[in-house]
Amino acid sequence: MGLRSYIITRILLTIPTLLLLLSMVFLIMRVLPGDPVALHFEKKATPEQMESMRRALGLDTPLWTQYIEYLGGLVDIGYILEHGYPNLGKSMQTFEEVGGQIFSAFPATLELAFYSMIIASVIGILLGVISSKSYNSILDHLIRGVGTVTYAVPIFFLGIVFQLIFGVYLRWLPTGLRINPAVDPPATITGLYTIDSLLQGNLFKFFESLKALLLPSLTLGIILSGIFIRMTRTNMLETLRLDFVTAAKARGLKESTVTYGYALRNAFLPILTMMGLQFAILLGGAILTETTFSWPGLGRYIVDRINFRDYTAIQGAVVVFGLFVTLVSLVVDILYAYLDPRIRL
Amino acid sequence: MPLLEIGSLTVDYPTSRGTIRAVEDVSFSLKKGETLGLAGESGSGKSTLGLSIIRLVPYPGVIVKGHIRIDETDIVKLREHEMRSIRGRKAAYIFQDPMTSLNPVKRIGAHFIELIRTHEPNTGKEEAFERTKTVVENLGILSERINDYPHQFSGGMRQRIMIGLAIALNPDLVIADEPTTALDVIVQAKILDLLESLRKVYGMALILISHDLSIILERCDKIIIMYAGHMLEYVTSIEMHRNPKHPYTQGLLQSIPNIELSDQKLVAIPGSPPDMLNPPKGCRFWPRCSYAKKICRVKEPPLIKVGRNHFVRCFLYGKKGVHVERNRKS
Repeated sequence: MGLRSYIITRILLTIPTLLLLLSMVFLIMRVLPGDPVALHFEKKATPEQMESMRRALGLDTPLWTQYIEYLGGLVDIGYILEHGYPNLGKSMQTFEEVGGQIFSAFPATLELAFYSMIIASVIGILLGVISSKSYNSILDHLIRGVGTVTYAVPIFFLGIVFQLIFGVYLRWLPTGLRINPAVDPPATITGLYTIDSLLQGNLFKFFESLKALLLPSLTLGIILSGIFIRMTRTNMLETLRLDFVTAAKARGLKESTVTYGYALRNAFLPILTMMGLQFAILLGGAILTETTFSWPGLGRYIVDRINFRDYTAIQGAVVVFGLFVTLVSLVVDILYAYLDPRIRL
Repeated sequence: MPLLEIGSLTVDYPTSRGTIRAVEDVSFSLKKGETLGLAGESGSGKSTLGLSIIRLVPYPGVIVKGHIRIDETDIVKLREHEMRSIRGRKAAYIFQDPMTSLNPVKRIGAHFIELIRTHEPNTGKEEAFERTKTVVENLGILSERINDYPHQFSGGMRQRIMIGLAIALNPDLVIADEPTTALDVIVQAKILDLLESLRKVYGMALILISHDLSIILERCDKIIIMYAGHMLEYVTSIEMHRNPKHPYTQGLLQSIPNIELSDQKLVAIPGSPPDMLNPPKGCRFWPRCSYAKKICRVKEPPLIKVGRNHFVRCFLYGKKGVHVERNRKS
């Protein structure tokens, strides 16, 4: 099977996955206690008021009609061509287009996820390699301890501690928002502030957005690095014992060549798979991180909308998260094949 | 001046259950271009001995006593980076399993180029590439295959490549640790022939480690019989054919089938090798030896010279022995 047909198959396979995810969210939201209609009224509303609101929200029809209508909206090509995103319905709270809201919130999450992943993998792989190289020494035990602790600490706790130290006492870094409110955000190209500001050659805005990114991505990255430390250490220990590593040493190759070119290069393959799987956890962590750091991303959007039982908004956000995770795992699979010559797609 | 000279080498593996002395008091020497066979059952310490020579005894093994001189330099005392320049350049090692000895994510050619450029940093990429092609062709592999990955080669081909990697820098000494054990019988002879012809062309010394005494008898000038970390017999292969001394060696020879003797009975040595955590007192072999005397159980026999280039660690020979052989010599 060629690479192209493999990718096409994988993309087609995401459709049933997403459909299943969507159906489950659709049902679960409606089973959960709480009524989006009642949440529109501060005081007790009359039954007539309730009924007209229910009709306005489209909740008066049978469940399956709502479901079909929702799915129909998703595949409305004309809408996609006009707006650039699929019709995810209107918010049940603000009556705005959910697609548009998600479209503007998603880049913030993407940027946070991207930098967190870099931080987690750099810390995790580096410490994991050091740990495996100094197997059973004090350093090894220390690093393993750090790995376990970071894995166990709640995200919001670490976030608040960072905010206190670097934001409140030292006053080095902002404790929230994507960029200093006194600075205008860079014009939108990709929606990622660091990349947009670089593309526009504005270093000042780049550093401002980087400063704002540092604490949240460090928080999420450190939390996630624990599992990477353990994964790397275990895989490295296994690989370092393999024959080709000994054979490489027997040829007098440099220590660094043996460690990185031989051991890590092979130990990295399962770590890469793990990275892909961790992406789902990363997005879950992003919800907590975004809430802690008032980060205007999709995670905080979901939390806000859940409070209003905003069915359409939550459905939309979950589908986008699901799509993101499936795409990442596709990229991981392709990377894997690229890195391991034994696998050819 | 010998190329390799090992004196009273002792290697320990400290474990949580006690210390395993894998190699004890081994001494021998090897001249340029000579071939030496190390024979013994698994666990006899032959691989540990081989790996000591490039100082790569696996964790937690340590060389606790003795010296290993390669060209007069005692490598036991060398620092790690000095040792690295000896590995692959002066002394190369061929491992047992070619299926797992190559980096699966590296092309074959890259293995060679990296090796050449590590030890000869002034070599350009082009030159290293050309040299790789020549080496690979000498192995009987098409030179365009250097761009292939290890998994695209069969076991026999991979062992050829391992041999190529071992001889690429023309080392003085090659240690081949069971180089054909993982291969099927038809390929075995071909690999050994290749190794021998290359050895002759380059004039290298070879240490061939094998549990298969017949291979060693056929291909080596000198032979060391290892048992439970001890050298039991050290002898030329001609002399071994004619006059094996140690009861263990005799037993090993009797267990090799001979195609010319149609009614030959193969005799197995009774018992099994000792638990290395609690090796027997005295001679390591006495529990399995049909000649065992009282003294064998209490005292370790010394290595006794019984002929020119012939040493045996057995009480049957020398002062206290009662064997007839004693009267002929010393």
